[in-house]
Amino acid sequence: MAGRAQPVSPGAGLVAAALVAAIILGAVAAVFWRADTGAGLGPADWAAIRFTVFQAILSATFSVLLAIPVARAFARRRFQGRGVLVTILGAPFILPVIVAVFGLLAVFGRNGWLSIVLGWVGLPPVQIYGLHGVVLAHVFFNLPLATRLILQGWGDVPAEQFRLAAQLGFSASHTRRVIEWPMLARTVPGVWAVIFAICITSFAVALTLGGGPRATTVELAIYQAFWLEFDLGRAALLSVIQIILAGVAAAIALKLTPFEGLGAGLDRTVMRWDASALSLRFWDAGLIALAALFLLLPMAAIVLSGFGALADLPAQVWRAAGVSIIVALASTAILLALAVPLSWSIAQAKGAGMEIAGILGLAASPLVIGTGFFVILNPFVNPQDLALVVTALVNALMALPFALRILVPGAREVARGHGRLAVSLDMSGWPYLRHIFLPRMRARIGFAAGLTAALSMGDLGVVVLFADPQLATLPLQMYRLMAAYQMEAAAGAGLLLLSLSLFLFWAFDAGGRRGAAA
Amino acid sequence: MKYLAFAAGVLSASAVVAETPELTVYTYDSFVSDWGPGPAVEAAFEEVCGCDLKFVGAGDGAALLARIRLEGARSEADVVLGLDTNLTAAAAETGLFAPHSVSAEYDLPIDWTDDTFVPFDWGYFAFVHNADLAAPANFKSLGESDLSIVIQDPRSSTPGLGLLMWVKAAYGDEAPAIWEGLADNVVTVTKGWSEAYGLFLEGEADMVLSYTTSPAYHLIAEEDASKTAAAFEEGHYMQIEVAGKLASTDQPELADQFLQFMVSDAFQSIIPTTNWMYPAVTPESGLPEGFETLITPETALLVPAAEAPALREEALAEWLGALSQ
Repeated sequence: MAGRAQPVSPGAGLVAAALVAAIILGAVAAVFWRADTGAGLGPADWAAIRFTVFQAILSATFSVLLAIPVARAFARRRFQGRGVLVTILGAPFILPVIVAVFGLLAVFGRNGWLSIVLGWVGLPPVQIYGLHGVVLAHVFFNLPLATRLILQGWGDVPAEQFRLAAQLGFSASHTRRVIEWPMLARTVPGVWAVIFAICITSFAVALTLGGGPRATTVELAIYQAFWLEFDLGRAALLSVIQIILAGVAAAIALKLTPFEGLGAGLDRTVMRWDASALSLRFWDAGLIALAALFLLLPMAAIVLSGFGALADLPAQVWRAAGVSIIVALASTAILLALAVPLSWSIAQAKGAGMEIAGILGLAASPLVIGTGFFVILNPFVNPQDLALVVTALVNALMALPFALRILVPGAREVARGHGRLAVSLDMSGWPYLRHIFLPRMRARIGFAAGLTAALSMGDLGVVVLFADPQLATLPLQMYRLMAAYQMEAAAGAGLLLLSLSLFLFWAFDAGGRRGAAA
Repeated sequence: MKYLAFAAGVLSASAVVAETPELTVYTYDSFVSDWGPGPAVEAAFEEVCGCDLKFVGAGDGAALLARIRLEGARSEADVVLGLDTNLTAAAAETGLFAPHSVSAEYDLPIDWTDDTFVPFDWGYFAFVHNADLAAPANFKSLGESDLSIVIQDPRSSTPGLGLLMWVKAAYGDEAPAIWEGLADNVVTVTKGWSEAYGLFLEGEADMVLSYTTSPAYHLIAEEDASKTAAAFEEGHYMQIEVAGKLASTDQPELADQFLQFMVSDAFQSIIPTTNWMYPAVTPESGLPEGFETLITPETALLVPAAEAPALREEALAEWLGALSQ
């Protein structure tokens, strides 16, 4: 689209991208600046880098490969409770790491439900710990997101195309080749890159499910450099490597993404005549049931273990929940201020720079970013006074790549479908945004806002180093309960966290869809 | 005018506050949490000091030291509470800490002679298990058994590092062989103590690396006598938690007063049932009921603080070598 007239200039997005890059790279640079020991990478660091890349490739690939048939099943079927199921299946993605690990192990652990059932028929318990455990956990986290994003891709195909296909007598495989493959080719590389980026910074999940130091990731090496050796130079260097890895993956993915449009339609409800065969119905139903089982069983375990403690949770937990909600809402506001102009600008530009800037927040080590903020703020203010502000900001930056994957395809369609007409009508600036852009983006903005709010609720944040003791967030308070041996109360707090995250997600998501321009 | 009056009110109010000296103590997060010793200690000290005691939480012991290093001499902290003997050499090396003036009759299994850091509690690392388990009596038979254990990563966790030093202190050059024996018993390695202990309680492993005092929590707080710690013949490695005064403090007398208070009964009697560790000086009232049921190792192992950093590096390489295969 470069060079073609558009009703709103991409300036605001460029500013947002520059701001994101400055914040993240500035934090890493601050850690470098503060480092006084010579930085260098040892063989153990290279082993960590190799393992990190390997598990991230496997995790992203499996997440996407499994998400495609599940998303297709959801795209082809309409049934009672579909909307609710789609929302709940999104929950693993927004779970705090530790809650999810305990949920997964309650199902797949040595003493988990699956092992118990296997025991009944005389089989040994599941061996979950190892590379396959790491991948399983990452798929558990990311399958929901991948499914949702790919499902959105299906939703972007104008209903007219399926109608036309039906008139021409397309079978399911014709539809696949002519309509669905091109859509997937546009959607999947970006989704893969985002999941790859999130798996790059995995640490506690990879270590715990990986069964030991074989599963050492770059983030753990960073933790070691900082925690054990106080080698800030090495910590920062390793984080630069994380950023490069995620950046390269994003660049490759964008390169592989064809940019031609799907063509405009009248946004009618999709009817899928090609998929009405009974065998296909059974196939789709089976896939949805399997995905639901895989994703919902661990969540059922979280609900069961936390339910008993929910009634008499300590007052501090409720207060922390309030703090977390405020942080989540602030994160959401920051995210929208960045992501909406960014998506608009990316939709107009062909360069990948802005989209790669958007992925920075996810790729850089939270520990290094937190330390960087500490180093930057410390000469001027007590970093502790700004702990919640920093948490809200960093959580927004971490959610940005996901938000862009949600918003950009829609922004492209709007620019393509309505940009020229708007220019010819001399409609630009705010009137254009208000009457054309925002109404068409409303559902996506709601989805992105919900995802950010929920992610922000569950994130421990970058500020463990300088958390404000009086204003602890809910995940931090949950860790404190665990550290004080109160595992049951912690499970209760975990369930509260899950419920609140899901509620925020649902409120924004449903709010965005309600009254969205049809 | 109303604004001016309001501003004057605020100013005079803060002037009153400023007359009360403030002592800032950096400590680890679980100390200052509502379930830790922090709130009770704060109330007890403020009763006698005529000051405002402010606890600031920062991660765990190692994160605490990292924060002090990042802040350097500009730190607002007057006292740092919660380092252990694995960290004191590195902490002293920064030159940020000042000698203390505390004298006390410590009830530690070893002599305490450090003139920079004052101990406030201590404990033994141990493998905790259900009482009905036939537990091994040393690392070798644990390695030969089929028992499963969960441990913490020494690169991110204090108990994990403690186990590393335990095996090294007990076996020296034989440590790699011990780790090779343990490799197939280790179910998994976690980032921190909480995850490992949680996994153990969920039944993911037979034993978990924790403290000999862990069963006291279950017994006293939950009236559950089903947990116990395995006594190992090699002896048990100690963790001694200490506090120190920062050289840059603007409240040196108050900081000294706090460190002296720290080894008094008022502070020490709070420790056992909030931090679930042994007090450095047993209070006159003795230990809480239930602590007498805990195992008491015959040999206390501890690598001297000055030797800890070099030994740690060697032990970590051995640990990685044995468990990465």
